[in-house]
Amino acid sequence: MRRETFVNIAALAALFVLPVWANATGETYWVTLTTKVVILAIAGVGLNLALGLGGLVSFGHAAFFGVGGYVMGILASHLQDYVPLLTWPFLFEGSNQMPVIWLVALVFGALTALSIGLLSLRTSGVYFIMITLAFGQMLFYFAISWPAYGGEDGLSIYVRNEFPGLNTLVPIEFYGLCLTVLVAVLFLVWRISLSSFGLALGAARQNAERLQAVGIEPFRIRLTAFVISGAITALAGAMYADLNRFVSPNMFSWQTSGEIMVFVILGGVGRLFGPVLGAALFILMEHILGGMSEFWHIYLGFVLLGVVLFARGGLMGLLAGREVSHD
Amino acid sequence: MSLLNLSGISAFYGTSQALFDVSLELEAGEGLALMGRNGMGKSTTVKVICRMLPHKDGTIHFDGQDMARVPSYKAAQAGIGLVPEGRRCFANLTVYENLIAAARKGHWTFATVTDLFPRLAERHDQLAASLSGGEQQMLAIGRALMTNPRLLILDEATEGLAPVVRQEIWQAIATLRRESGLSILVVDKSLKELATVADRAVILEKGRTVWADRFDALDEATTTRYLGI
Repeated sequence: MRRETFVNIAALAALFVLPVWANATGETYWVTLTTKVVILAIAGVGLNLALGLGGLVSFGHAAFFGVGGYVMGILASHLQDYVPLLTWPFLFEGSNQMPVIWLVALVFGALTALSIGLLSLRTSGVYFIMITLAFGQMLFYFAISWPAYGGEDGLSIYVRNEFPGLNTLVPIEFYGLCLTVLVAVLFLVWRISLSSFGLALGAARQNAERLQAVGIEPFRIRLTAFVISGAITALAGAMYADLNRFVSPNMFSWQTSGEIMVFVILGGVGRLFGPVLGAALFILMEHILGGMSEFWHIYLGFVLLGVVLFARGGLMGLLAGREVSHD
Repeated sequence: MSLLNLSGISAFYGTSQALFDVSLELEAGEGLALMGRNGMGKSTTVKVICRMLPHKDGTIHFDGQDMARVPSYKAAQAGIGLVPEGRRCFANLTVYENLIAAARKGHWTFATVTDLFPRLAERHDQLAASLSGGEQQMLAIGRALMTNPRLLILDEATEGLAPVVRQEIWQAIATLRRESGLSILVVDKSLKELATVADRAVILEKGRTVWADRFDALDEATTTRYLGI
């Protein structure tokens, strides 16, 4: 077994065991904290598909995270306030059902990524970074100036949305649901990375002209990856909004894009479980260092510097070596 | 009707003209050697055929289809397979991944490619970057074959390789010609090896077609004059 596979299994085992143990000992705070790790890891896995596999340095993934969050907020707030979302061509009062909300978040995330990707993927390098950042900021300011859904103050949802057969208000049950989604997303991205599509995406990252010479259009491959990546990140946004029962324009901010990127870089760009490790390290630092100083981001900066200078494979690189596993 | 037809092609790099009125024809199942000294326009002609460089004047047809506005990935889909100069595999993919990333349905599969180059089967899980130059060249040819082309273009396929490896690759190309009847356009300088795969030859001089005939019609005066051999 490769070292990376071993680390992946160990990380997954920890995600299964630790919250159960915390729940059994009454430390539900840690269950909620791990839920946050898992949800942010889903966003990171989404970005990692575009960034790690496709080499698309998107600095605007908060756009999709925010879209997911607002999908949840809008659907749930209409139902909560008894104000129908649609009266024509049919009556739709909103929804407090997670499967419905997730599906809508996936669709809107994909459509947003399609719109942004159609324009931004015609550029590359620093222009791509700037265009994705610009789209994220556009949505940020749009959310601020949208009073119907809270404007700058955001939108509160009083009760967590429901999932058939579960009591999502019980932290460990909601955690189990989020972990299941993370495992499903990891499985999807793993299958994509092994498919012809995933290989072509990796080849497009290395040399687009060479890929065209074997009959594959890099733009279409990249756009598809960007759309899948955006949809996954939107799903994470909807779940994150449900975790906090609150959405705000901050979900669209460039700081959020930066944080998602930090999960990927900290954990290991292009490594399947990299964003999981990265999100865990980030949240752990936020919790421990943030308790000691409100300027904990300074320490995060030092860690990031260390990773970029000395451990370019991120945490996964340190634990499993720099070579990307092809398992 | 010929499989590939270039007529009166001119092409530019910026404002600098690289090809002047180049014409060549290749029949289905034929082997064509594209020859000339360094910098005479051979690789530029290949780029124009593969649509990596747009031409300005003239026409280019592949299997009757006008290729003027066709992007390079569609040229490859139409059946033009390229083994580029300098090998250029996808370094971070394994041998297997390099091959299947480009695969399209047809005679050439991972099994048939590794029959032609057994060394690729031995290196199945190895990253392309870690292969020797000869193995990378085999992989580049295998990758082009996996697209199941009707025309295979080999641009300086054995340049810079050890003589033993060169011989192995030329034998494989000759086997390809003999057994599959694939149309091949080969850019090279080695007359001895070209003789095993080429039916006809075209010589370029300063971006112009200066000689085109049967390969066995190449005489010493022509090779001395245009190839410096």
